[in-house]
Amino acid sequence: MADSPPGISAAPKDDNLRHFDVTVAGPESSPYEGGIFKLELFLPEEYPMNPPKVRFLTKIYHPNIDKLGRICLDILKDKWSPALQIRTVLLSIQALLGAPNPDDPLANDVAQNWKENQSAAIAQAKEWTRQYAN
Amino acid sequence: MSSDGDNDDFLYEDEYDDEFDQDDIDSTSEPDVYDAMSPAMEEAPQKKPYDVSWKVKTLQEIIDMQNKEITKVQSLLEVPASSAAILLRHYVWNSEKLQEQFWNDPAQALEAAGLSPPSSPTTHTSTQPTGVFECPICCMEYDYPSTYSMGCDHRFCKDCWIEYLSGKIKGEGESAKIQCMESGCKRIVREEIIDDLVTHDISKRYHNLLNAAFVADSPTLRWCPHPNCEYIIECSQAPTRMLNQLVPTVQCKCGDDLCFGCGYSASHRPVLCRIVKLWEKKCADDSETANWLQANTKECSKCQSTIEKNGGCNHMTCKKCKWEFCWVCMGPWSEHGTSWYQCNRFDEKSGIDARDTQAKSRASLERYLHYFNRWANHEHSAKLDAEFYQKTEKKMEQMQNSGNLSWIEVQFAKQAVDAVIKARITLKWSYCMAFYLKRNNMTELFEDNQRDLERAVENLGYLLEQNISDTDSIAKLRQDITNQAAYVQKRHDILMDDTLRGYLEVSYSAGDW
Repeated sequence: MADSPPGISAAPKDDNLRHFDVTVAGPESSPYEGGIFKLELFLPEEYPMNPPKVRFLTKIYHPNIDKLGRICLDILKDKWSPALQIRTVLLSIQALLGAPNPDDPLANDVAQNWKENQSAAIAQAKEWTRQYAN
Repeated sequence: MSSDGDNDDFLYEDEYDDEFDQDDIDSTSEPDVYDAMSPAMEEAPQKKPYDVSWKVKTLQEIIDMQNKEITKVQSLLEVPASSAAILLRHYVWNSEKLQEQFWNDPAQALEAAGLSPPSSPTTHTSTQPTGVFECPICCMEYDYPSTYSMGCDHRFCKDCWIEYLSGKIKGEGESAKIQCMESGCKRIVREEIIDDLVTHDISKRYHNLLNAAFVADSPTLRWCPHPNCEYIIECSQAPTRMLNQLVPTVQCKCGDDLCFGCGYSASHRPVLCRIVKLWEKKCADDSETANWLQANTKECSKCQSTIEKNGGCNHMTCKKCKWEFCWVCMGPWSEHGTSWYQCNRFDEKSGIDARDTQAKSRASLERYLHYFNRWANHEHSAKLDAEFYQKTEKKMEQMQNSGNLSWIEVQFAKQAVDAVIKARITLKWSYCMAFYLKRNNMTELFEDNQRDLERAVENLGYLLEQNISDTDSIAKLRQDITNQAAYVQKRHDILMDDTLRGYLEVSYSAGDW
């Protein structure tokens, strides 16, 4: 995409133009810094009246992203607005990496660890980033 | 059940008394066709202290109710009708609270409800720029008249609006809370914009949804739950806090009963709404299966297969894993050595405890099944009601033909069937009630009433099944049925009166279930 924000890229697949390959760079001074995360994004028939479907392909240790890569983000569900774009959605996902919210968890075990022992959780997230997101 | 007979509760009783008097006068002044024919059967619809009064409303009346409120608020606050409607919906039709908030801070009240402040333009008709406009959603270019903004600085093309609104209304069933398309903008889309943009069908659905939301938001309104019935019941005497003392059974214009308290689609008197919910859950979930397993089975101590012991000695051999163990202590049989068929650990405390819990569980299961079977029996009979009516109708025809009775003269049979069916519903629920009843002096009275009604209903049912042979026997049968039906009615009223008055006077209490 020509006007992709820094650290984000999205390109439609050749066989299906609704299906995008996405990469998001881990935000600076977050445990995901230095990592490049792969995602897939799909625009359903009803888009933009219904939200796109987005999923992490790269393994990530984050309280709002489960082990299947599904993302707990309000704008992808009830707070979706047709005025939002792929660009804004991906920016929100990048922002979610910078600000994990363990109080509204999707991956319960991660969230619990995050709340009880934050430094250990952050270390784990860094480790996974180093191991999987390169 | 709470025992706080505070002043509020007594106020209600006073209200009932007033209405009781009124109704009494009304019903006696009404001429009645059947009065002369079957004086014993005719029951003037008297209002009891535990009855509530209600009105059946049509959809149009509900719309009028809303419009009346809207017009009132519109003139009081000097806002357009659609703004008044949005404000009222936001404050759940509490116009006093709305006025208080509005006069406190008009801009804030409008903002909270999702309306633009009074100064800004509200529709697209206000000043419009010229030239072309690129819709931020579909990225197509439009003339300004083909676009729409709600005065919140967010402008989109009409096509996108139509698709968005149609999807919200049809797909998601939203109505009063459809917001501007812009992310994070809380401006509510007005009625007239929706009506203007979407197709007639969708606009109709939108208004239906608004009406449904109005009824759902109002504690004094409830839709009739019966299929294809579009009436709404209004009742102000059964607020939630009264449901521990009242069973607000009402009758819709469609002819069917419902409970105003919980929306149950039939009368569940004399049982309280709360208990009905418990009972339904108990009957629906499989906790009772677990109970049965607990009472009747044990697990093989090796492979954990569930075993029901239906005879024989305590020397068990698991069919599945061939493990040999003692049914009493559950230990391996080999350890029993020479004591053979007498487990010497039988008297140990753990053994006694195990048997105690088993016995208790079995007793509670039996108790439940006792009441459930009787409840289910009546439930089953109720399913055959239509057939019962048909059979009786045939008999009534037969009586008209062979006994030279007029149509009016044979109505006693139908009235008797009515009485039986009504009594069966009450009996059905009386078993649910009995299951949850705490044992005390009143329980015996309740059970006596229950037994008397059960017997009376059985007798009447038997009479109604009798064959008609000749004119003489018809006359006799008619006499018997009329008498018995009156008796059923009387027993029914006594049971109802006793229990429902009991709730008001807090003499019945549910056990700790």
